[in-house]
Amino acid sequence: MDYFLKLFLSGTAKGSIYALIALGYTMVYGIIQLINFAHGEVYMIGGFTALIFGGFFYTMGMPVWMVLLLSVILAVLFSAAFGFTIERIAYRPLRNKPRLSALISAIGISMILQNFVLLAQTEKYLSYPSYLPEFAFLQPFRQYINSTQFIILVVTAIIMIFLTILIKFTRIGKAMRATAQDKYMAQLVGVNINQVISITFIIGSALAAVGGVLICSYMGQINYYIGFVAGIKAFVAAVLGGIGSIPGAVLGSFILGWTESLGTGYISSDYEDAFAFIILILILVLKPDGILGKNQKQKV
Amino acid sequence: MKIRTLFSELAKALGNAIWFLVLLFPLMVMKVNVIGGKALVTFRWNFVPVLFITAFVLSFIWKRALIWNEHRQDKIPSQTFSYKIKVTLQLYFKNKAIKIGSTLLLIAFVGVFPFLFGMYHTNVMITAFIYVILALGLNIVVGLGGLLNLGYAAFFAVGAYTYGLLWKYVGPSFVSAGVDTGWLFWIALPLAGIIATIFGILLSLPVLRLRGDYLAIITLAFGEIVRMVLQNSGQITGGATGISLIPRPWFFGMKLAPKQAAVYIYYIVVVLVIFTIYVVRRIEDSRVGRALEAMREDEIACQAMGIDLVRNKLITFALGAFFAGIAGVVLAAQTTYINPDSFTLWESIIILMAIVIGGTGSIPGAIGGAMLLKLLPEYFRPLAQYRMLIYGVAMILVIIFKSDGLLPRHRKQYTFEEKSDSNASAGAAK
Amino acid sequence: MNIDGNAILVIENLSMVFGGLRAIDSVSMYIKKGEIAALIGPNGAGKTTIFNCITGVYTPTEGTISIARNGTASGESLRKIQGLKPNVINHLGLARTFQNIRLFSNMSVLENVMIGRHNSLKAGIFNAIVRDPRTREEEQRVIEESYEILKKLNLHMFVNEMACNLPYGAQRRLEIARALATDPFLLLLDEPVAGMNPQETKELEETINIIRDQEQVTILLIEHDMSLVMNVSERIYVLDYGRLIAEGSPQEIKSNPEVIKAYLGE
Repeated sequence: MDYFLKLFLSGTAKGSIYALIALGYTMVYGIIQLINFAHGEVYMIGGFTALIFGGFFYTMGMPVWMVLLLSVILAVLFSAAFGFTIERIAYRPLRNKPRLSALISAIGISMILQNFVLLAQTEKYLSYPSYLPEFAFLQPFRQYINSTQFIILVVTAIIMIFLTILIKFTRIGKAMRATAQDKYMAQLVGVNINQVISITFIIGSALAAVGGVLICSYMGQINYYIGFVAGIKAFVAAVLGGIGSIPGAVLGSFILGWTESLGTGYISSDYEDAFAFIILILILVLKPDGILGKNQKQKV
Repeated sequence: MKIRTLFSELAKALGNAIWFLVLLFPLMVMKVNVIGGKALVTFRWNFVPVLFITAFVLSFIWKRALIWNEHRQDKIPSQTFSYKIKVTLQLYFKNKAIKIGSTLLLIAFVGVFPFLFGMYHTNVMITAFIYVILALGLNIVVGLGGLLNLGYAAFFAVGAYTYGLLWKYVGPSFVSAGVDTGWLFWIALPLAGIIATIFGILLSLPVLRLRGDYLAIITLAFGEIVRMVLQNSGQITGGATGISLIPRPWFFGMKLAPKQAAVYIYYIVVVLVIFTIYVVRRIEDSRVGRALEAMREDEIACQAMGIDLVRNKLITFALGAFFAGIAGVVLAAQTTYINPDSFTLWESIIILMAIVIGGTGSIPGAIGGAMLLKLLPEYFRPLAQYRMLIYGVAMILVIIFKSDGLLPRHRKQYTFEEKSDSNASAGAAK
Repeated sequence: MNIDGNAILVIENLSMVFGGLRAIDSVSMYIKKGEIAALIGPNGAGKTTIFNCITGVYTPTEGTISIARNGTASGESLRKIQGLKPNVINHLGLARTFQNIRLFSNMSVLENVMIGRHNSLKAGIFNAIVRDPRTREEEQRVIEESYEILKKLNLHMFVNEMACNLPYGAQRRLEIARALATDPFLLLLDEPVAGMNPQETKELEETINIIRDQEQVTILLIEHDMSLVMNVSERIYVLDYGRLIAEGSPQEIKSNPEVIKAYLGE
């Protein structure tokens, strides 16, 4: 039972990270029907940015809490800026072209970013100093959960609440939902869809950045390639829950996190990555719209 | 051009340059190194002016390029630059002498290549030709059928491993029976084609109902799963260590030195390339090919015209897989060693890039794209590490500015003469 | 409903439910061999949905759709087609055009029609690769037949043009040509003159009559252009909110109070 609890909690933590990334995928897909292959790279860049600034501030002698705060804020800002820029450069010109074009462009951007970081920084795995605090009150529970996992859970929960408030109750949230439902109609009633799309990318990227910092602190290492793997898994999570659906992305992420955690714990750790793919194939074959997805019939 | 607009454009470019400078500052200018658990940052200030100026110039050019691209759509087709070039080239090649002459020259060049250029370059060419076959195969799936396959390398792997596993399990009995193991190559070639085709059909079954993006993702998953299975089934397939000492093709029982073997394989792959081109051309210009294209253009309309989508998709994947399988056998024979690392997602993406850049659906495009992507890193060594970066940029540039590729497909032109009883007799001109 | 002995398409109690919406509600109608019939009604009445049910794009929630075998009206041997796949239904002799033009844009005009001839050909992959004499002869035949069809619809001057480059009216005609190429006995036209000017409409009117008279093809069309409907159709069905509210000749329909109410409101 203890083992199960431990696996369950670590699976929840994993799922939270996937959720932070998956939300970006699902929001972008919901709004412009594009699988943003480059999203994983934004996540990776968030981690790197935090590492870079964190290292800089730390050697300058700043207190740890300040280093943490500043590096996270900067990671979020830079990732958001990257997301925004990518959309402007690589996706906006293709808005009225066939969807295949934008997909190919996304693949191109993903490659460019990966290789850019590879060349500009390093191909090596860098160990990632964590500035996250250790919580004394968690000591008695340390066989189930550690401080970093706890932080991941709390932070993700807070972000989910904020996101829900944003989407449901603010004007911009309404605009996002409208644009996702029917772009042209939204334009006709005065929504600036360019702005809405940009904001969607910004929010998604910001979330991914937070995920990046958290996971790198958790795993203790970073590499230019992590965006790709995490991106695929988060994408699977989004599809599992129903791509385009925000609660779906969260649900799918947790299911994936638990499956991976329990699967590697009880079955085998060799095929950790395979779980995601197997889930993907099952879902796409059985229910392509995902658990919470809407049945999209083509209009003839 | 008005001065005011010039100024505002320059101002915008300036703004963009500053934006990119700030955006890329941490990753480009600051370099992080982690030693002993501590992250240390160094500054490469020399990148600042480079970054700034490049961003400035590029954003200026980019804006203009996008505008030019918009207006280009509105131009009458016969006025465009590329049309004029095409017409000039067509006139040039209509001349029978030139056409025959240049074809003979090409054949001669390809034919004598190994003797002109030595073993290293011959091997480079073999690899390039293998990728030409792959590109042509993927072109059937993506270019003709319109189905985006991001896991094509899986079929490539199936082909290579067919030969490898044949060697591993059947080879020993050949050896003990005293039969030249080189025969295995000739057995593997058609066998790999068949097995890869079967895999192709298997893959197409789950994707029959899927469209566009979903299709792409599941093919990607399939590719990764194949690779993972190969990686993790060490007992059967050799896992990460792969299979080595794969025999070279049989050549009248003679033992070939590596150099001669390379030449031999070179000619084998040239024949295979010609075979592939021949088959693809024939399919393109046939009932089957038209049905595939109709499926690409509009699945619903194509069904309404009596075409069976399921059958079409099966055919598409099966055909594509077949050629990848053959290419795999040649790869195994050339390198004599295979392991799962040669068949990653990147391979699939590179092949995709080749046909996107060359021109989806176009045979010269696929050939050109594959050759470009495989030969460039060889002959521009200094840029080799920027390879993926350059390809990525090239792909995006092509998709934005010339989505039909560098060597786009030209549709077949038909001619009709009116006979006296007003029944046209048809001919085809190309 | 009295099923006429000449009926080649019979729809009985057709209902189509999407989620909570009953798009089609117990519609029964039939089409006689050789006639030109029209299905009209206000926007959203469900006309295209009926077409989609007939041609297999949707599987009806209730009801049956039957056609006469080989398009010969023999009263008894009707074959149920609801729920079959669109390509099977086309094979059985029904062809259609679409409300929003669905041409194969990146293929030439001739090739669009050639695809329509797909089912009359036999060549498979191996034939394509080997290109035996019979296949070559088949290909030649297809090219010529397709050209003839283009001539019938006055599109032959565009033969090598890309379908997407055609003027709008020509594109609509091309869709009809392509549908005709599948050798149907019943042709379903979904708003064939939408967006056409009066001259083009008049020409299409003649074309429709020619198709029926010379090609022996029965025609059912959906249309909003009342002049075309009144001039060309012999029988009209009127649909409103998924239900059939009237049926009859153009004269009868024109003066039917229910119809007037449906279009103009009370």
